[in-house]
Amino acid sequence: MIAPVPIALTVNHERVEALVLPRLNLADFLRDHLSLTGTHVGCEHGVCGACTVRVNGDIVRSCLILAIQAENATVETIEGLSDSGEIADLQSAFHQRNALQCGFCTPAMLMAAQDLLLTNPDPDRDQIREHLSGNYCRCTGYHAIVDAVESTAHARLERAG
Amino acid sequence: MKAPAFNYARASSVQEAIDLLSHYGDRAKVLSGGQSLMPALNLRLLAPEWLIDIGPIVDLRRISVESGLLTIGASTRHADLHRSPDIAAHAPLLKDAVAHVAHPAIRNRGTIGGSLAHADPASELPACMVALDATIVVLGPDGERRIPAVDFFVGIYETQLLPGELLVAIEVPKRAAGVRHFFSEHVRRSGDYAMAGLAAEAEIDGDAFVRLRLGFFAVGERPILATAARHLIGRPVTEAVLAQACAALDDELAPQDDHQATAGMRRYLARQLLVECIVSLLGRSDLRTKVVA
Repeated sequence: MIAPVPIALTVNHERVEALVLPRLNLADFLRDHLSLTGTHVGCEHGVCGACTVRVNGDIVRSCLILAIQAENATVETIEGLSDSGEIADLQSAFHQRNALQCGFCTPAMLMAAQDLLLTNPDPDRDQIREHLSGNYCRCTGYHAIVDAVESTAHARLERAG
Repeated sequence: MKAPAFNYARASSVQEAIDLLSHYGDRAKVLSGGQSLMPALNLRLLAPEWLIDIGPIVDLRRISVESGLLTIGASTRHADLHRSPDIAAHAPLLKDAVAHVAHPAIRNRGTIGGSLAHADPASELPACMVALDATIVVLGPDGERRIPAVDFFVGIYETQLLPGELLVAIEVPKRAAGVRHFFSEHVRRSGDYAMAGLAAEAEIDGDAFVRLRLGFFAVGERPILATAARHLIGRPVTEAVLAQACAALDDELAPQDDHQATAGMRRYLARQLLVECIVSLLGRSDLRTKVVA
């Protein structure tokens, strides 16, 4: 029998300690152990992008990281970004532009879009599409998502003056 | 699906990793960024008894430049390569290539050593290593082995790495002044594995190539340093010369059919990439002739 292993990490600014089996991936840890179900599990092999979270500031696929690999890491999920207000404008733009229908891809789409806007505050539409190309949406056809990200970028630039 | 059960050991040094690998042999797999290993585990294509995590070994994540050589630690991530000024200055082919590797979230975790050790014939970095004439540095219980990239890749997911050995670094010759490069691939969707791709580096004197290394990928069981380049070196490149090189290229490729593309389509795309490469490197748009299917 393989025994559970203790891990300690920070999730959405809270210290978390748990006992996990080595095979447990970070997405399942967040969902099943911490009840942070905004991180979605789609393909479980890194293709759909629905499980995107931040680890130490970088977006990653949480289905392709073991929970034990996140030992001492700082993890931020959609719940963290949403509660802090960091992406309130982006969420509002998604709402206004109808950039979601079923909503399954939306949390990860927001994570990836925010990642782009932090590194490139004025992306063109091709750059937005490229950065979101690892996040599948089966409802919208993407145009509305690109619109929402673009309008958020413009609004932030205006606010920044 | 979920990964099958395995034991996990964290290595805090290269020596510890080699000791663990020597002990467990082929019952263990090395875990680095996990961007190829984790999908394989989740799809139950692999079921190792042990995973040896080399992620905590900070020494393996570095890029250094010394005299004529760029040394890249095995755990250097694709995102590190993309933003490194040293890579941009001394191996710009790599900077171009990593932008085509999967997606940003995967490039933030995936490592160069992992990509090379995994040796997917459709992945970009193995072909770059072949084109750049890189050396793969491997450590094992019997010491160090230095393997030229052209010899390192043996077949589909198969390299010269032995159980108990760890890929620790990659040495790339610093690019000399005047050397040019080309990178392109054909994919169904951005970030997908290529249907055919080409990483190339060249030295040009006037209107002729002095040196031309063509690293093709996704058109055979391993990255291929195309010998067709010999037709293009040391003489002015004409349409006839290029056609001859395309025919020679076709002879040395052995692509397979899969769900993305037939072997015939891969051959066609490879010839088209060769033409685009020569047009780009020589700045000769007059050579952009229609490639016969």
